[in-house]
Amino acid sequence: MGKELQNTIFSTKRDFSTKVQIFIMVLVLSLFAYNSFAIQRFPKPEFEGNYKIPPTQVTKIQSPALQYLDIAVLIGAMSLITWMILKKRFRRGVFWISVFSLLYFGFYRKGCICPVGSLQNVTMAIFNPDYKIPFTAIAFFTIPLGFTLFFGRTFCAGVCPLGAIQDLFAMRPISLKPWIRYLLGLIPLIYLGLALLYAATGTDFIVCRYDPFVGLFRHNATYLMFLIGGVLLLTGIFIARPYCRFLCPYGVILNLVSRFSRKHVSIAPGKCINCKLCEHACPYDAIDKPTGLGVKNDNRELIKKLIIYCMITPLLVVVCGWTVSRYHQDFAVVNFKVRLAKELMANENKAGTALIPTEITTFKSSGKPLENLYKEANAIVHRFYVGSWIMGALIGLVFGLVLARLTIFKYRDEYLVNKGSCLSCARCLEYCPVEDTRGQILKESLIE
Amino acid sequence: MDKDKKIKRRDFINTGIRFGIGAGLGAIAVGLSVRSASGEALWQLDPSKCVQCDQCSKSCVLQTSAVKCIHVTDMCGYCDLCSGYLHAGTKELDTAAENRLCPTGAIQRKYIEEPYFEYHIVEELCNGCGKCVKNCGAFGNGSLQLQVQQKLCVNCNQCSIARACPAEAFTRVDTKNTYLLKGFDKKS
Repeated sequence: MGKELQNTIFSTKRDFSTKVQIFIMVLVLSLFAYNSFAIQRFPKPEFEGNYKIPPTQVTKIQSPALQYLDIAVLIGAMSLITWMILKKRFRRGVFWISVFSLLYFGFYRKGCICPVGSLQNVTMAIFNPDYKIPFTAIAFFTIPLGFTLFFGRTFCAGVCPLGAIQDLFAMRPISLKPWIRYLLGLIPLIYLGLALLYAATGTDFIVCRYDPFVGLFRHNATYLMFLIGGVLLLTGIFIARPYCRFLCPYGVILNLVSRFSRKHVSIAPGKCINCKLCEHACPYDAIDKPTGLGVKNDNRELIKKLIIYCMITPLLVVVCGWTVSRYHQDFAVVNFKVRLAKELMANENKAGTALIPTEITTFKSSGKPLENLYKEANAIVHRFYVGSWIMGALIGLVFGLVLARLTIFKYRDEYLVNKGSCLSCARCLEYCPVEDTRGQILKESLIE
Repeated sequence: MDKDKKIKRRDFINTGIRFGIGAGLGAIAVGLSVRSASGEALWQLDPSKCVQCDQCSKSCVLQTSAVKCIHVTDMCGYCDLCSGYLHAGTKELDTAAENRLCPTGAIQRKYIEEPYFEYHIVEELCNGCGKCVKNCGAFGNGSLQLQVQQKLCVNCNQCSIARACPAEAFTRVDTKNTYLLKGFDKKS
């Protein structure tokens, strides 16, 4: 095949030097194997003139100092937005910080690195000691969680570029029925489980792979990425922040952590006067209405339910764990080695098929023993089996806890933010009349 | 009185959990920071494993791949007949051989002296298909090699070309040695 190709190329050229070259080429080719790498078939020319060989053109990367700048900007933006929300209670400030974050972390830094993806880096580093985790990934994972632990989800409010771009699109938010919210709220939990599973087995970073807005930030992506991003943004006009609420896996962790936060934004700066003005202010349905006295059920019945749910929880753990682990082989196919082993096995069974995938031909030419590959693939599949058991069990545990949580009655006589799902966007503050009186008192005190 | 007690108990539990989460976060951060000190990792492909399967041009998240053909000038034989160079005067692409030459005309050349030509690659035109690399390795010195051009690479967590690469040629490399270009085999 090689000679044919040459003949066709060379047939158009007739001058002497090329003939010599063809001769040398054919001679050399007959001496060396077809696909051997980097062989000096033609010696380096000795130039008569004073020609110098130009250097090989490779580009260097930017200095690592810029990565530390990212961390500094993150801490700065987090501090500023937390101060805006909790101390100044100033929505417009939050808005401008979110615009800044969108421009810096989104369009300038091209959406990488983001804390949503960093949870996979951390998981991968914990389970795979060989993996070198970048320092920025650790910082981007822990800093927003640390802030959330003390001040609520101020990171979601406007520092996250993914949240910021959706927040700008939340123009006509509609309120969703609670059961729809609970049902859709399970998606991020499953997404988180899968992301952790794939990261822990060192297979893939699915959150980054299906990041909906990174294509917009880069102005460069596949058609599918643009499509997903566009659909989410358009949906976001009516269902505010669809990615944050019903997909974001990092949001699940932030939600949990935020429930135990030390401080949190409150709708009324003082005592709520139950004016109901804030009732429809929240685009994310994160305001809990007062319970009213009538709802308080008979305690004994609730305790009975609680006991039942607590008994069901271990059963849920086992059932979910078993169910998910049934699919571990399907999960494992994403892994390259497992896929290759599977293809090789299938290829062995039906010998003589016309089209052999490049993977198989490459593997066979590499000369690695088949046994080793099968062993490795087996080990990976086993890891997936254990991982999917743990993932399923955790999902079952969360189901059980959510059910048990329903029986615990918390009496509310005022409008309060739901510390878990509140994104601290500070929109509700603009509706609270208590806020105004506070402002007036402040003004009066200043005038005096 | 009873209500106060309840609130205190809830506060106590909350504080306890908060400290627990805080301690866990701290442990993860410190534990991993110790390991991360060895430096950032970037994606690069090993030309000695590369089989030029054309996945590099198709699988990158960027529309034009960050993988480019790099011309190792020191290895080049300065041949008149470069395996990748598409002659400007070629009128008809009917001999099947042209399909093996650079499809975007990214390889350009300059006459130096009889019979030598200097080749260089226009990076904007190169799509990383590796056709020239295949032929240079087969018929020439192997001076054309595919590499991730680090300035263009957005360094995804999981390189999508690495996922598609049949030869497992993609690895994470240190920031100090960002290119894995190969020279001549010492044996030959």
